[in-house]
Amino acid sequence: MVVAEQKDFEEIKNMVFPHKKILVVGCGTCVTICFAGGEKEVGILSALLRIAAKKEKHELKIVEATIERQCDKEFVEELKDKLDGIEAILSLGCGAGVQTIAETFTNIPIYPGVNTKFVGRVEEQGVWSERCTGCGDCLLDKTGGICPIARCAKSLLNGPCGGSKNGKCEINPDIDCAWQLIYDRLKELGQLDKLEEIIPIKDWSTSRDGGPRKIVREDLKL
Amino acid sequence: MKTESKLEKILEKGKFAVTGECGPPKGANAEVIKRKAKIIKDYVDAVNVTDNQTSIVRLSSIASCAILKQEGLEPIMQMVTRDRNRIAIQSDIFGAYALGIRNILCLTGDHQTFGNHPQSKNVFDMDSIHLIQTVKMMRDEGKILSGDEIDGELKMFIGAASNPFADPFEFRVVRLAKKVKAGCDFIQTQCIYDLNKFEEFMKMVRDRGLDKKVHILAGVTPLKSVGMAKYMKEKVAGIDIPDELIDRMKGVPKEKRADEGIKICVETIKRLKEIEGVAGVHIMAIEWEEKVPRIVEEAGLLPRPSL
Repeated sequence: MVVAEQKDFEEIKNMVFPHKKILVVGCGTCVTICFAGGEKEVGILSALLRIAAKKEKHELKIVEATIERQCDKEFVEELKDKLDGIEAILSLGCGAGVQTIAETFTNIPIYPGVNTKFVGRVEEQGVWSERCTGCGDCLLDKTGGICPIARCAKSLLNGPCGGSKNGKCEINPDIDCAWQLIYDRLKELGQLDKLEEIIPIKDWSTSRDGGPRKIVREDLKL
Repeated sequence: MKTESKLEKILEKGKFAVTGECGPPKGANAEVIKRKAKIIKDYVDAVNVTDNQTSIVRLSSIASCAILKQEGLEPIMQMVTRDRNRIAIQSDIFGAYALGIRNILCLTGDHQTFGNHPQSKNVFDMDSIHLIQTVKMMRDEGKILSGDEIDGELKMFIGAASNPFADPFEFRVVRLAKKVKAGCDFIQTQCIYDLNKFEEFMKMVRDRGLDKKVHILAGVTPLKSVGMAKYMKEKVAGIDIPDELIDRMKGVPKEKRADEGIKICVETIKRLKEIEGVAGVHIMAIEWEEKVPRIVEEAGLLPRPSL
């Protein structure tokens, strides 16, 4: 899933306080699961903004809404009948959600309430970590199902580097060395011979480096 | 000979090579390079120039190497893949060769979180092994990665690093083998303090026959103080210093500890010379270049061969 984290309250306040009536929109998908921008977070953030506004004697009306998926225009359009008098929208969706709202309602300013961090997974309650950078050319078959692009600090294709110590990365003892994990996994699978081969230089044109990406599936188009 | 490198000539003749290291200044002060050059000139066969080591901005490796060349030394240009994509890397290698630089050490580089610009974007378009392949392709096929032909020749002597002390230990020799397979001609190792572990590593190297395929220069760094030893052991990635060495440093009066560090370094070199498959020594006297002449002399490595 896409993992996000709510922005600092002061930053959010500074974005929305120039307005008198705003719509705070949550998203029912990834950001709900990672507790950053679902219905519950919309409620809590809106309450905090109301309290702050009252304290600072600032007039602020907040309308709350949470839709199924902010990255889908069909769901975003459901917000239409909530826009009466709305001066700005604060989205707690990921970057794709914020931009879908911006593309749908072109005459209303939109602000991001969360920082979109990465594509990752839940490690344990309250801990998320990155697993994929969307490089566009998956190589997990070569690396025992552990991604060095996302999980090695230097995205090495032929690691581990000289900074791997006791299974940890040189940049932070809290970060596992991805190549130690790859080594351990391939050892368990009896596939250490895979590491004798040089993984060739990567074609990054399939990643963000090739420009903004788009997938067109003719078989699915209407 | 694959190249015009003086280092290659020495190694191919089977002479025990000595390389040094020159850290460039944090500014455009060419005098720093010239001063260091003068100190070590007659004591080493070639000199590495670091490429913004530990991600701290310094005078560029290429420019520093060109200055060393003017001063009559044989530079080894370190190049990291952290800051340049394949376009800049290949262009800079052209530039270095055009300036008379004949040796390159291919590195991935320290992550930028260690340096003075942790907010910067890193590149890592390729890793050190790809960089070796790139330079080899330029030299042996006369082509850049795109397949385009190079105008003129580019005969670089290709080096790479090896850290026998990082984890997983049993994989270190495999990674060295990959570097050899990629096409490197010489290896400089991380600083060696744990000789027993290094001997174990060298045995694995010989078992794979790698010492016959690549010239291995063993790295040493003299310790200035107990503080430095502790700092390197705890904070510097990939360096291991046995407690006995730290205790030995502690065992002498404070004012004699630097001297003890040099003695340890000299003894280490003497032992390294005896290890089968070690083709030379790489002395990294960090901001202590003035001690290189003494270390080389006491280790019995003078005079350096003249070619």
